[in-house]
Amino acid sequence: MSKAKEPEQTDTGRISNVSGPVVQAKGLSARMNDVVRVGEEELMGEVIEIEGDVTTIQVYEETSGISPGEPVVTTGSPLSVELGPGILDSIYDGVQRPLDVLEDEMGDFLDRGVDAPGIDLEKEWEFTPEVEEGDEVSEGDVLGTVPETVSIDHKVMVPPDEAGTVADVNEGELTVEDTVVELEDGTEISMLQEWPVRKARPTADKKRPKTPLITGQRILDTLFPIAKGGTAAIPGPFGSGKTVTQHQLAKWSDADIVVYVGCGERGNEMTEVIEDFPELEDPKTGNPLMARTSLIANTSNMPVAARESCVYTGITLAEYYRDMGYDVALMADSTSRWAEAMREISSRLEEMPGEEGYPAYLAAALAEFYERSGLVETLGGDQGSISVVGAVSPPGGDFSEPVTQNTLRIVKCFWALDADLAERRHFPSINWNDSYSLYRKQLDPYFEGEVSDEWADTRQWAVGVLDEESELQEVVQLVGKDALPEDQQLTLEVSRFIREVFLQQNAFHDVDTYCELDKQFRMLDLIQQYNDHAFEALDAGVPVDEIEDVEAAQRFFDIPVEDDWEPLVDEIEDQLDSEFQEMY
Amino acid sequence: MKEYKTIQEISGPLVFVEVDEPVGYDEIVEIKLEDGTTKRGQVLESGEDIVSLQVFEGTDELDRNSSVRFLGETMKMPVTEDLLGRVLSGRGNPIDGGADIVPDERRDIVGAAINPHAREYPREFIQTGVSAVDGMNTLIRGQKLPIFSGSGLPHNDLALQIARQATVPEEEGDDDTEFAVIFGAMGITREEADEFLEEFERTGALERSVVFLNLADDPAVERIVTPRMALTTAEYLAFEKGYHVLTILTDITNYCEALREIGAAREEVPGRRGYPGYMYTDLANLYERAGRIEGEEGSVTQLPILTMPGDDDTHPIPDLTGYITEGQIYIDRRMDSEGYEPPVDVLPSLSRLMDDGIGEGFTREDHEDVANQLYAAYAEGNDLRDLVNIVGREALSERDNRYLDFADDFEEDFVNQGWNTNRSIEDTLDLAWDLLGTLPKQELKRIDKDLVEKYYPEDAEAEEEAEATA
Repeated sequence: MSKAKEPEQTDTGRISNVSGPVVQAKGLSARMNDVVRVGEEELMGEVIEIEGDVTTIQVYEETSGISPGEPVVTTGSPLSVELGPGILDSIYDGVQRPLDVLEDEMGDFLDRGVDAPGIDLEKEWEFTPEVEEGDEVSEGDVLGTVPETVSIDHKVMVPPDEAGTVADVNEGELTVEDTVVELEDGTEISMLQEWPVRKARPTADKKRPKTPLITGQRILDTLFPIAKGGTAAIPGPFGSGKTVTQHQLAKWSDADIVVYVGCGERGNEMTEVIEDFPELEDPKTGNPLMARTSLIANTSNMPVAARESCVYTGITLAEYYRDMGYDVALMADSTSRWAEAMREISSRLEEMPGEEGYPAYLAAALAEFYERSGLVETLGGDQGSISVVGAVSPPGGDFSEPVTQNTLRIVKCFWALDADLAERRHFPSINWNDSYSLYRKQLDPYFEGEVSDEWADTRQWAVGVLDEESELQEVVQLVGKDALPEDQQLTLEVSRFIREVFLQQNAFHDVDTYCELDKQFRMLDLIQQYNDHAFEALDAGVPVDEIEDVEAAQRFFDIPVEDDWEPLVDEIEDQLDSEFQEMY
Repeated sequence: MKEYKTIQEISGPLVFVEVDEPVGYDEIVEIKLEDGTTKRGQVLESGEDIVSLQVFEGTDELDRNSSVRFLGETMKMPVTEDLLGRVLSGRGNPIDGGADIVPDERRDIVGAAINPHAREYPREFIQTGVSAVDGMNTLIRGQKLPIFSGSGLPHNDLALQIARQATVPEEEGDDDTEFAVIFGAMGITREEADEFLEEFERTGALERSVVFLNLADDPAVERIVTPRMALTTAEYLAFEKGYHVLTILTDITNYCEALREIGAAREEVPGRRGYPGYMYTDLANLYERAGRIEGEEGSVTQLPILTMPGDDDTHPIPDLTGYITEGQIYIDRRMDSEGYEPPVDVLPSLSRLMDDGIGEGFTREDHEDVANQLYAAYAEGNDLRDLVNIVGREALSERDNRYLDFADDFEEDFVNQGWNTNRSIEDTLDLAWDLLGTLPKQELKRIDKDLVEKYYPEDAEAEEEAEATA
């Protein structure tokens, strides 16, 4: 959260009513969405309604013991985040208070009334300028760089709405508040910027994304790819693996920067991330994963108003790195908790509810959030992107509920998690019949150029087999597999390989957890080769039992977990050829 | 302290009082009736002139002449190590006729959230001695693992079995005084409560337990504070005194009913099925009080029990619970009626923290693979049962028949161990291998080949070879 600024205005309001996180004050002159300090303990709050003399405030901290008559003062500025070097490798709560600093100040449990700057104001950074005296600079231009972490060079930019001629340049070890560049009109620019979280940062232009965000997850990259700058939703009932999928994306996707927002989820899960990420390697650079990651953790028992704001905090941090020209991936787990926080606040305001008690502006809020993603031309003329992946937790696993439905109207990738698959321990339990990606067409040229000409055809073949299987399964349920004609039995066998070898992927296996694109393609291609051989053999009169006994096919299961996979695939390919040749 | 005789309105469990001095939100109040009896309550909303209160003991016999005193503090739980062995009411007063409690500390019952940065990720396994739990859905210290049950099912027996048998393997040998059980009962019947108490006394578990009893005929509003009292005690014992605390909360469904009752009395906008929109947050505030803290000896593990209305796990109570807790154990009605003890349906059950707390150094190297294989094989056998009903066993292949037998054996031998059998994790895994031995080796695709070589039962292997040669 913006640093512990001394309240600017002197006219103090008085609390007139307290009901949970919603507090009303009288005699306060604050603007809508301004941050205010509530009570003797100076709890942080935000103005959400003004009616006559009564100002309604949502408070980001526990309000027990607060009573009417206590003072309320406004800071005069809206809820903002601090932007500058030091955001990466950090873990924040929903209003950008660093959790490690809070732990130092108030111990193992989260107390209230403690504020801490989002960025370390003391720390010195090595600033290397990229401009000289006399250069003309305008908003978004890069003034210089700072090595923020081993992986990422932080670019210090001219804040939006500023421009001029460089009068003076500093370099060397500086704190974020020191002036790095002074303009001729006297404007001093430091590494530190502030930005209100509810307002999207400006860009020059929005573009149509054409490169995939490579995730190393076979079912996603091959069947349902997401673009860099795209949006995806992962809805699923509890226990279906939303969080594991989100963690996998945060770990393996080839974004430059990852912002992970844990919104109203489990404390232990966030701890897992905090413990794991510094240990894990970034697949792209080999550096610790935390060096490209910023975490926002507002667990389910932390104050509900901060849960409402945490997705905005997250996306603003993402936008800031996008403006530097980086590809950013934002994972929000879970957007349903965010929507519920909106509902909770809205019902305390006694607003007229829309569907299922959610506020009528739910759809607008979701749309506004997802629209902050995209591939853009930055103000500085670079290209940057934000890909947003939002988990959705539909009550009872029912996708017809308002949050899922309103999300689906906006996002272009739908990765539907399925409780049945999870129960069968088929992971990732993404249902291949229900899921879709509208990016397939626009990303195919990339895959065809980078991996293989046959990428799209092979994928379509696999989709076809899976479709056919789901129809056949209905019959099998009634009469058993052996009652089917031989060619259909063979289709089932082929689709079993697609499911068990290709679509299943073990997130907890050292090798299988990440599957490069070439390997993905060769695996699927190999299954297709088996398919072609098998049907030829069937046509030549070989009984289906014999085809199913092909030993090479059993070895498919070894490929996912094999690190040195290329020789293995070659070998199995040869073995397939020879086994089928011997057959007839 | 000022006394008000200005009650304006009494409605359900709520009382509205006119005040002329500010009163803190969440503060505790004492209400004195004309006959001298007192009731306690809590501030739900504090305005300049009117304060609304919820009264824990119900509003019976209250009238506008009753006087209200604001105590100037939020609800506190007196905590001390001496609470072990005591039986308390749902509001934390001793009801076992023993000595008064001399508290070490009085703690706010609305626990602050543990800073996620201060947490330690739970990894140590708790051996419950129940194969369906240890083998398939391992309980980890610091986990919250609810039992999803239905009315008339033996969830209490399972909870008791776990409370009785739970040990932490590395501490076996030295005395387990470090293990404490907190039992928080919300709205259960006198009979159920007696059953629990008797069992606790019989097994000597009471010495290491603190029991909170809010019975079915106690006021519903009191149910809101009972679990908070229990968890405050648990946190104190765990993080101040270094105990490993297992907290059993039963029945969460009654707790949620009480929440709904208060919500309705306050005329709040209801969420799904009339439950308040903040029920997720409210439940999270209970469940998230499980965990471990870096640098602290103890841990709080939660085993909440809930009965799903109509056995429907999409009902808001189990649904929201499932989204917060780290897995769930399902009690199954079919298995219960077939007499299995415990009737745990392992297929929808899940322990999210299992993967990191089992395997070499924790339980045994083959644990994860074996559990996955058991799941897969049991699921396959279970699926075939429907088909058998239609086409009969004869119409199925030999392979299918094997899986059908496997599913039956799994339920009969592995799950159905009896309430009084305490199996070590080795016993559980060895038993699993006996079962897996009924399947041919090449069917064990989920198990690492080396492990299959090491653990696959030899007699089964010999049999298989004999079959092959025959």
